[in-house]
Amino acid sequence: MSDTTHDGGVALGTPPSADEGLDAAQLAAKYGLTVSGARPGLFAYMRQLWGRRHFILAFSRAKLTAQYSQAKLGQLWQVVTPLLNACVYYLIFGLILGTREGIPHDVFVPFLVTGVFVFTFTQSSVMAGVRSISGNLGLVRALHFPRASLPISFSLQQLQQLLFSMIVLVAVAVIFGSYPSLSWLLVIPALLLQFVFNTGLALVMARLGSKTPDLAQLMPFIMRTWMYASGVMFSIPVMLKDKPAWIADVLQYNPAAIYMDLVRFAMIDGYGSENLPDHVWAAGLGWAVLLGVVGFVYFWKAEERYGRG
Amino acid sequence: MADDNAQGRIPTVIADDVHIVYRVNGAGGGRGSATAALSRMVRRGKGEPRGVRKVHAVRGVSFTAYRGEAIGLIGTNGSGKSTLLRAIAGLLPTESGHVYTDGQPSLLGVNAALMSDLTGERNVVLGGLAMGMTQAEIRSRYQEIVDFSGINEKGDFITLPMRTYSSGMAARLRFSIAAAKNHDVLMIDEALATGDRKFRIRSEERIRELRKEAGTVFLVSHNNKSIRDTCDRALWLEKGELLMDGPTEEVLKAYERETGK
Repeated sequence: MSDTTHDGGVALGTPPSADEGLDAAQLAAKYGLTVSGARPGLFAYMRQLWGRRHFILAFSRAKLTAQYSQAKLGQLWQVVTPLLNACVYYLIFGLILGTREGIPHDVFVPFLVTGVFVFTFTQSSVMAGVRSISGNLGLVRALHFPRASLPISFSLQQLQQLLFSMIVLVAVAVIFGSYPSLSWLLVIPALLLQFVFNTGLALVMARLGSKTPDLAQLMPFIMRTWMYASGVMFSIPVMLKDKPAWIADVLQYNPAAIYMDLVRFAMIDGYGSENLPDHVWAAGLGWAVLLGVVGFVYFWKAEERYGRG
Repeated sequence: MADDNAQGRIPTVIADDVHIVYRVNGAGGGRGSATAALSRMVRRGKGEPRGVRKVHAVRGVSFTAYRGEAIGLIGTNGSGKSTLLRAIAGLLPTESGHVYTDGQPSLLGVNAALMSDLTGERNVVLGGLAMGMTQAEIRSRYQEIVDFSGINEKGDFITLPMRTYSSGMAARLRFSIAAAKNHDVLMIDEALATGDRKFRIRSEERIRELRKEAGTVFLVSHNNKSIRDTCDRALWLEKGELLMDGPTEEVLKAYERETGK
């Protein structure tokens, strides 16, 4: 019972064939077998990913629906959650702490609400990205699909979540005197750029998080620091006017602040171009392209290693 | 089928000295307290971090599978059967050694892609997409999947969330979705043991069909009868090592002698 370990052919009692004497690699080459689970080339990978677009979309929508399916109010929470969020921030920062220095009241409320929603979009994409591989190991170990499907799908889920938040945002803008106009269309390119940026960042975090699940514990603190530094509830140039100018510049050109400013500029009448840093669209595009490309390549480089226990 | 092998003998899966190691975080030395974790980090030496425990699940397995074969994997619990299947499917990276395959082997199983909060209906679509079926394929097979599962025999259950299903119903739907796709190299992990008697007969039939369409079939099961019925060759794994490889009857006899004691 022990001498049959190495060659199934001999054990089956079949006559020796021409393949006898070839080692495994040679035999594999002869019959065109390939290494199981090898990483495809970058462009082949993109094609595979495109082939899975329906899965990516269906998975993101399924996650979104599953989120509130046990609640009595059901999908209504998609809108109520961001609304409550905005109320809390307004209560603390607008009424109690009074961070609206230099911003008129009818601008400050939509300013704050936009900031909270746009930043939440990035924040939740990053948080979902960190867990997208490590939290779905069962899926990764059971089925074949380009692993980038997961972080992309989670970013897409957050984009859909943001669209629900936009309902609240439109209502807030109108209540405080900014009415729909052509400039509102600028929201679309701004959010698309932010989506690409978020996805790139989620891809980076997904690879890091698959190796070090501890990141999921650390990220809330990093994200909160980032939020307070990005001027979600205050105007960066006004708050930092006594400090050296480079600090305000660094904060204003950080991607979260850029995308927030772009959406505010598009939607709020009283928030003109004088509040924006120079070349703001170029900066938004630059961040999106940089993170999109770097994130995708960085994630793809470890494709065959996701799922190792 | 054995005659085909003797003449054609086209290999479909070659495993060459495969080793698989799991790394488990936070199991180091069985000390789970925060201070222990901290001191491990501080005193961390060269090489492997001390907080990580390694489990060597498969140790140097080599074999060659040929087209038209149905291979049963047997062994006691925790002997590395499922792990080996995942490595063949390319889902678990090997620590050393190689697995060469013809095309893309797939594991019969879709459980992980399904969400219990969604309706059975949406899960059929989601599971199909996760396995790589196109939308058109899913649309054309949807009714077939639902009928096969028998979910709707006792009322309109397919439009209810899966969490409301009994465990047997859920298992039947999962199997029906998983078995809806045809594969080159197919691996089945204990899938035969789901559902009631009526469903088991139906699913064994479906597996035979899948086997006809697939090039090579691997079957993991603790039911020696189903291995005897479906497989012509068996691999016996114990503690991650390949103990025996040969015709089903021979291997099963040795296995039964060993475990019967």
